Amino acid sequence: MPPVVSVTQLNLYIKSLLEGDGKLAYISIRGEISNFKEHFASGHLYFTLKDGTSALKCVMFRGNASKLKFIPNEGMQVICSGRVSVYERDGAYQLYAEDMVPDGEGDLLSALQKLKDKLEKEGLFSAETKKALPKFPLKVGVITSETGAAVKDIFSVLSRRYSLCDIVFCPATVQGETAPVSLYSALDVMEQTDADVVIIGRGGGSIEDLWCFNDEKLVRRIARFSKPIISAVGHETDFTLCDFVCDLRAPTPSAAAELAVPNSEELYYDVISLRNHLEKRLSFIVSAKQNDIEKLSKSRIFTNAQEYICEKRSLSVDYVADKIDNALGKIILNKEKNLCAKIASLDALSPTKTLLRGYASVTADGHNISSIKTLSVNDNITVRFHDGEAECSVKNIK
Amino acid sequence: MSENKLTFEQAYEKLEKIAEKLNSNDISLDESIKLYEEGIKLSDYCTEALKKAKQKIETLKNGN
Repeated sequence: MPPVVSVTQLNLYIKSLLEGDGKLAYISIRGEISNFKEHFASGHLYFTLKDGTSALKCVMFRGNASKLKFIPNEGMQVICSGRVSVYERDGAYQLYAEDMVPDGEGDLLSALQKLKDKLEKEGLFSAETKKALPKFPLKVGVITSETGAAVKDIFSVLSRRYSLCDIVFCPATVQGETAPVSLYSALDVMEQTDADVVIIGRGGGSIEDLWCFNDEKLVRRIARFSKPIISAVGHETDFTLCDFVCDLRAPTPSAAAELAVPNSEELYYDVISLRNHLEKRLSFIVSAKQNDIEKLSKSRIFTNAQEYICEKRSLSVDYVADKIDNALGKIILNKEKNLCAKIASLDALSPTKTLLRGYASVTADGHNISSIKTLSVNDNITVRFHDGEAECSVKNIK
Repeated sequence: MSENKLTFEQAYEKLEKIAEKLNSNDISLDESIKLYEEGIKLSDYCTEALKKAKQKIETLKNGN
């Protein structure tokens, strides 16, 4: 039998072993807070740090706790720094935490940013890849949790706003480690349906709750998705990679449903106003045609057809008659002028005029004598003057 | 052409086109009346469709 010692001696021995190890004098431990208790009177914090397989009791005394820059709570991932020693009274070793910081939120976020940059460079978020939503979808696809408010909200908005469309619902897990694969499968199933627009999302939650919508495989699957898809993850201020890769982002699941379908009430009024427009236009066209007919029927051609036609005709006749008159007048005038001219020249040649000018005409035995050759001395000639005749006898011929 | 086979979208777009055609001043009375009658039928079809719509919900669970 080994030497017998007391419990106190053993605990002390173990304590000295632990405190003698320099590594345990100040060490940083990563784990999840559980069984968190803040002791009201003393202000000390008592909790357990655990990971997948082990747990460690911890205490943080008020002095250190008061210096914390954040509020630790159950389930949080943290890194605690302090010394490991033995609490002899309970025979337990524990961490005497001097400092605590949230673990990995910073790391997680920077890794997310790197992934976002990478995917953005590959063009997964580019505007060119965004598909337009159909104006009048026949079927809306919904991918979200079967439980929770999101699915109820979406269905309620779709039913109230546009019952002309049907719904196909592919439920999926929307948080935790199994979520990305579940969402991926739901997308595969949805791809095979005849939905013409899809909503994927969930209600509000913490960063961890929404984290599955940052999953790279899931995001790439959405980029390959053939139907227009609306992202509705969390609240207004939450952003996940799903929001960037989808064709449209909605601030809430209800808002997504409003974006996916038109408003039946508005459509109804649009149809009524189109119908009213048709009636207005038809009545305008009919009365325009009626006006045309009235105008025509009032025209003189119809009311005084005979008079109108005859008036036109008689005007023509008058016009032609005038023209004939004018033409005839001109012709007569011309002929008169001609005649006068001829009379004048005739006149000028008249023998009477010649006699008046002082010439005399000579005749013998009634014959005209125009040359002295036909005359002999003692011939009897008649000399005719304009105002009479003289009987003469030729005395001499020169 | 049976209007019963048209989707709401098709009927609505046809109605819009007819309203546009009737805006023209170049249209004969016969044509106007024909278009008007067709338009009224389409508007009735649309309002009926909106009133009588029955939304069906189908749930497809994946084997996950």
